[in-house]
Amino acid sequence: MAENREILLSIRHLTMEYQPNRRLFEKKKPSVKAVSDVSLDIYSGETFGVVGESGCGKTTLGKCIVRLLKPTEGELLFRDDEEMKDLLKLDRKTSFALRRKIQIVFQDPYASLNPVHTIREAFDEPMRVHGIGGGSREKRTQMIADALKRVNLQPEYMYRYPHEFSGGQRQRICVAKALVMEPKLIICDEPVSALDVSIQAQLLNLMRRLQRETGVTFFFIAHDLSVVQYMSDRIAVMYLGNIVELADSEALYAHPMHPYTQALLSAVPVPVLHEKKERIVLKGDVPSPMNPPTGCPFHPRCAHCMERCKREKPILQEDMEGHLVACHLYREKE
Amino acid sequence: MQEKEYILRVQDLKTDFKVGRKTVHAVNGVTFDVRRGKTLCIVGESGCGKSVTAHSIMQLLPPNGMIAGGSIDYYTPSGACETLSDYKRNGSRIRAIRGKEISMIFQDPMSTLNPVYTVGSQIMEMLKKHEKVDRAEGKARIIRLLGELGIPNPEIRYDQYPHEFSGGMKQRIMIAIAMICNPTLLIADEPTTALDVTIQAQILDLIRRMQKNYGTSVILITHNMGIVVEVADDVAVMYMGRVVEFGSVEQIFANPMHPYTKALMKSVPVLGMNKDRELTVIEGTTPDASTVFTGCEFAERCESARPECFQRFPKDTVVEAGHRVRCLLYEEGGKSNG
Repeated sequence: MAENREILLSIRHLTMEYQPNRRLFEKKKPSVKAVSDVSLDIYSGETFGVVGESGCGKTTLGKCIVRLLKPTEGELLFRDDEEMKDLLKLDRKTSFALRRKIQIVFQDPYASLNPVHTIREAFDEPMRVHGIGGGSREKRTQMIADALKRVNLQPEYMYRYPHEFSGGQRQRICVAKALVMEPKLIICDEPVSALDVSIQAQLLNLMRRLQRETGVTFFFIAHDLSVVQYMSDRIAVMYLGNIVELADSEALYAHPMHPYTQALLSAVPVPVLHEKKERIVLKGDVPSPMNPPTGCPFHPRCAHCMERCKREKPILQEDMEGHLVACHLYREKE
Repeated sequence: MQEKEYILRVQDLKTDFKVGRKTVHAVNGVTFDVRRGKTLCIVGESGCGKSVTAHSIMQLLPPNGMIAGGSIDYYTPSGACETLSDYKRNGSRIRAIRGKEISMIFQDPMSTLNPVYTVGSQIMEMLKKHEKVDRAEGKARIIRLLGELGIPNPEIRYDQYPHEFSGGMKQRIMIAIAMICNPTLLIADEPTTALDVTIQAQILDLIRRMQKNYGTSVILITHNMGIVVEVADDVAVMYMGRVVEFGSVEQIFANPMHPYTKALMKSVPVLGMNKDRELTVIEGTTPDASTVFTGCEFAERCESARPECFQRFPKDTVVEAGHRVRCLLYEEGGKSNG
């Protein structure tokens, strides 16, 4: 990455708690912390990957950034014209204007396009609302055609309905739909996990090419470590709503520090003959976020668990240049 | 000799589905063998017919599906040969084999367990169906198996309902149902696709351990090449209802021959690979299952396709002992086999 990196989005102490639905006269249930105290910086033009197993809060984090969810606490500082603005404390007008700068591509391409709208209509609505193309219908049609061409689809396809496309094509349409808004940041929430392997490669290559062409920043959420590692410049590993490790993608692969990252890496089956690696098989399941363990969230499954881990929650600290880890193993005993 | 070495031989299996007035050839001439005590992996993308193959073996096809040709020969431990494809679906013979000698684990553990019965009673149902055991003895056996499968407090878990189990634990219950009668062949249809990687590692470990302890032969269906390398002895690569390449795991990975197999391997990102490298893309999309082909099914997406490929079907060619490939590129050199 370039030396003078410009921060595009700075997430500060973001916490998202869900309040479970309460029936009449029912006692108040404890809230579920899906994301707890997450802080990270995303630089312009990079791909920032987030990995973790189901229920670790990675999708919630993504939805908070696009403000589909309102975080309980924290700040989202987003760069707009050389000025960092907190997305959560904006007046309506600025907030509206900034929405087009952050777009999202969802996991399920079958559920994220409205079946009764043609592709053109699906593209047109947000463009009209945000006044892209200066209110001219011809201009917008031209822009939609260009966007479709960019993702290797024919411009005539804009008059078709979603059911006429395969899963891979739909996902490319979703990427084009995000791009046409000229965003600074695109949240990709498991964009390839619903696709077959041969189609997956098409989309991954396409996303990398688009990033080279437009300089857009990706926030890439996935559970598949090999995909995230291939796509990302930096990676955050999440476990039960916490970031347990954050590092450059190469460093994370070469020197995983957190015991959870080590286990996660060793659990990925690698399609290479005779590459028998020492596998760390974790005991048990991910604890329920309704009832998280005390201290370090990973301690009940950790092989290196110490007394201190059960009492005290480790904080994310920089251990080497740009390599952050939240684990007592790397801390001086106090 | 063959009867000793092989447990299942599938010859030129064809399975058709009637969809409206059309007939879809979901499985179109599949041939493979499963060696006794070994693991065969069937790999392929969605819609290639791998699950239909498994369901054909079990005679679990839906009403609009039927075996249209070929044979499935199952060799019992005593050495008798049973041609499963000739048995009537839901006939008494196939029902005696299904669950007892050949059993199956399905992809989605969340929807295959009945939510209104305790897991214990669901395992017991299977056991009672096939063996004469009294309740107490059966329960003791089930609890012992649950313990072996790494379920903590099996005595308590026995009386719990599926919703009280996590995804990985439910999949263990499915394995328990499949393993309780000590089957000779276990068919696992994408057993870990719905699970997280760390849980996937646990389940794969478990299947391997059960195989070692009980000498069970396994057919594992997956789309993940990484899993294949880890568990397979033999590999069958399927595309559009046909096995395009078959061989031992060493043969397939050290020396992949079919263009589809090669492309499939290069199209997935491998942990730690050079990030400057572009992934190999298989152009186009998988054709619709009802497409009628006049030549190789893969030809239109194949880089090495020649005009001939569109005109006639490639024959199964043996390139070396145990390694077969269905591609015109290799036909002249090897011995033709059908």
